[in-house]
Amino acid sequence: MPQAIAAVNDFVVKFANVNGSGSASANELFARSILRMGVPVSPRNIFPSNIQGLPTWYEVRVTEKGHLGRRGGVDMMVAMNPQTWAEDVKEIEPGGYLFYDSTKPMASSMFREDINVIGVPLTAITNATYSDARQRQLFKNIIYVGALSVLLGIDETEIQRLFGEQFKGKEKLIDSNVKAMNLGRDWVKQHVDAGAVKLKVRRADNVGDRIFVEGNNAAALGAVYGGATVCAWYPITPSSSLAEAFQAHCKKLRHDKESGKAKYAIVQAEDELASIGIVIGAGWNGSRAFTSTSGPGISLMTEFIGLASFAEVPAVIVNVQRGGPSTGMPTRTQQSDLLSSAYASNGDTKHVLLFPEDPKECFDFTADALDLADRLQTPVFVMSDLDIGMNHRLCQPFHWDEQRVIDRGKVMTAADLDAGKTFGRYLDVDGDGIPFRTYPSTHPTKGAYFTRGTTKDEYARYSEEGAVYVRNMERLQKKFVTAAKIAPQPIRYSSPKPTRYGVIYFGSTNPSMVESLEQLEAGGNHVNALRVRAFPFAQSVEEFIHEHDRVFVVEQNRDAQLRTMLMSEFVLDGRKLMPVLHYDGTPITARFITADIEKKLGQLKVVPFEKAAS
Amino acid sequence: MTYIAKPRLHHPSLVKNKAGYTRRDYEGAVSTLCAGCGHDSISAAIIQASYELDVLPHQIAKLSGIGCSSKAPTYFLGASHGFNTVHGRMPSVMTGANLANKNLVYMGVSGDGDSASIGLGQFAHIMRRGVNMTYIVMNNGVYGLTKGQFSATADKGSISKKGVANSDESIDLVSLAILMGATFVGRSFSGDKHQLVPLIKAAMDHKGAAFLDVISPCVAFNNHPGSTKSYDYVREHNEALNRIDFIDGRDEITTSYDPGSVTTVQQHDGSLLRLRKLGEEYDPSDKVAAMKRVQEGMQDGEVVTGLLYVDATPKDLHHHLNTVDVPLNTLSDADLCPGLPALDRINASLR
Repeated sequence: MPQAIAAVNDFVVKFANVNGSGSASANELFARSILRMGVPVSPRNIFPSNIQGLPTWYEVRVTEKGHLGRRGGVDMMVAMNPQTWAEDVKEIEPGGYLFYDSTKPMASSMFREDINVIGVPLTAITNATYSDARQRQLFKNIIYVGALSVLLGIDETEIQRLFGEQFKGKEKLIDSNVKAMNLGRDWVKQHVDAGAVKLKVRRADNVGDRIFVEGNNAAALGAVYGGATVCAWYPITPSSSLAEAFQAHCKKLRHDKESGKAKYAIVQAEDELASIGIVIGAGWNGSRAFTSTSGPGISLMTEFIGLASFAEVPAVIVNVQRGGPSTGMPTRTQQSDLLSSAYASNGDTKHVLLFPEDPKECFDFTADALDLADRLQTPVFVMSDLDIGMNHRLCQPFHWDEQRVIDRGKVMTAADLDAGKTFGRYLDVDGDGIPFRTYPSTHPTKGAYFTRGTTKDEYARYSEEGAVYVRNMERLQKKFVTAAKIAPQPIRYSSPKPTRYGVIYFGSTNPSMVESLEQLEAGGNHVNALRVRAFPFAQSVEEFIHEHDRVFVVEQNRDAQLRTMLMSEFVLDGRKLMPVLHYDGTPITARFITADIEKKLGQLKVVPFEKAAS
Repeated sequence: MTYIAKPRLHHPSLVKNKAGYTRRDYEGAVSTLCAGCGHDSISAAIIQASYELDVLPHQIAKLSGIGCSSKAPTYFLGASHGFNTVHGRMPSVMTGANLANKNLVYMGVSGDGDSASIGLGQFAHIMRRGVNMTYIVMNNGVYGLTKGQFSATADKGSISKKGVANSDESIDLVSLAILMGATFVGRSFSGDKHQLVPLIKAAMDHKGAAFLDVISPCVAFNNHPGSTKSYDYVREHNEALNRIDFIDGRDEITTSYDPGSVTTVQQHDGSLLRLRKLGEEYDPSDKVAAMKRVQEGMQDGEVVTGLLYVDATPKDLHHHLNTVDVPLNTLSDADLCPGLPALDRINASLR
């Protein structure tokens, strides 16, 4: 008998399925039922760039402690895809469990001796009950959820309740799903030893009022609350569901009650160039506008981003990052567009980036980005990624301050102009680098100006004079300094004991980093941490670096892009910033971060700091 | 450009239009284009048309791309907001601007390089979306600012100033616009303001995607023998199908015409387009016939001009999107932000 991993509310189940087989909703049902038992889960879709027929996986981390990062390793594999059988079986931890469809006998060489095998004849059960091909396919998924619920101790009433919510008013559908679930449950009860699986879900109270939502959905809702009226987009994984969610939210929240007419406009453009062009046109004309895209889209938009920056037109771009470069890994996650977004376009250009950690911050930052873009009159990027954007994540509920008003920034009105206020479109009247603007059609005789990507003076007059150009560029730099002050500030996590070591990280790395900090602390390694939430960097980021002898910079790209930006923006000695880099397309894990930092700390302890630095 | 200031003093005897503005109120800065450039004549026609239409100057938004033609908006409608965007991509910016405020008059000015080469994709898509606008291409078949390269509208076989024959097929923007769903399509010649001004007026009044291809000879690089976009060539080969009189729906109709010589098209807002026939029978409401006539002209080396196609009841992008009647950029916080109770309901649905 192989050993058997025993764990309560702390294990990983991975489903190996075939794309397009209807498994996604069954797997989500599995994850939600555990959540309803008060036990946090963190599911992740792992899928290829394909519509039907290729392998797809769904990994559920059950974590009573609420560690929502990817753990790595698999305690139970639900192997439903013959194509990937060999690699799926290989991935199981020693002492782990293999759940499979045992309808057809399989050679013993197909299994491993150090794992526990649970065979359920899913196809046989399904075919004995259903004759329709589509029904067979769909209910097979529900049958395995039923079987797993017995094996893992998931409360069936929670699953039934979820059916009730999902198929509200369609009693037939509820009944047929409950029936399928019970087919799986009954078979396991009759044929499998009750102690066969030592992974158990036990009711807890660790979910609280948190919500379970995808980052793209949350960002779309943030755009609604932030007052976006124009959305222009072009389909690209992993951002497409964001614009679609915006449409869905607007259908419910943004139609005039009497006329039924829309208080928004969504255009699926011909490409990313047109998407950002539409956003810029709307922003120029006083509407809040945004686009959602991913890395290749940013590449295409680059020229327009330069125009918006130099002509000072608000625009919001949600970049749901994926693996690059080029077409790269469309369905895998990375944080590898920092440089291409921060410095997009020719000439000396810099842009504001916000780094959400989870769907809650996707909501907050997308709404904030719309304010910031109007306030700063410049493009603002929300740097999400596939890991946050396309996975359900447990996070704090959305909140909206009822006192909050839309900040449209410095807009000169007809009344201002009539009152004799001086209007220079690029005139820095307040010393913060931000000029006033007028919307088109503000006044019959005053306030009109020509917007252009060429150089101009304070009154928007074309000029190639060196001094005028330099003055403008310095004002834009000053505006960038203002941006660092008003963008979301970093969040610090201090070690209980004083330490010379710090870590800087951002975005979707957060849950794994928080878990890693616990692991490091448990291993006696004290580290302070700073989660950067925006570029340009706040002054406190530089202070944090100076406070420590060594700072690990954790990111999900090869070239240490955040570290590069820190070094160039603050003029730092690069030896002080030690990169911790994970970029294989899977979400970074606490295991990886802890191992890498411990290794580096070990090396540092062998070589005194002064020597290592010399 | 703006370093030559125009005197702001207006002669007191200048006639004001119904909006209370003189023709000079629709002017812009002094042109820096070459003397004799067709584009300046088109600018003058835009000024005249805007003045005659009694449009408030600040209710017009003028947008352009990059090139000689795209510089032109500096030289007309100085009281209007203008946006000189990036090369070939004015259509998307104009689409966004239009979405933000449906109440302004949108004037897109582009050239053959801007619209037929780098911008061909955006040109096609703005037509098929039906953005309510007037899109004018100042078409000279040549790149002026970069000194004389052929553009994509140069006819096959036409000779450059350096004596090279163009071997590429030309792109006919008129055919393309009709094909892509523009609801008002005309062609004219910068040297024929009697045809051009009413066409621009009618286009500006049209509540859908209006496109005007205006042949506009480049005196510096494309006005020589062998060019098919020179003043001489266009004058010789201009096959005008009609001349229109644009009659504002508010005006009393006083002019009388011989029956049989005029076709009247009534647009949705009540305005009338009176088409004076110049010879052959031509029905501009027949899309297929329009395509056929334009193609025949091309085959015969004619420059077919006039109002070539019009849909009198166009539907624009805002209609397709069912947007509210007021401009989106005027919606208040209360219109836009659903508030905390709605958010709490959403939170509840996500547990």
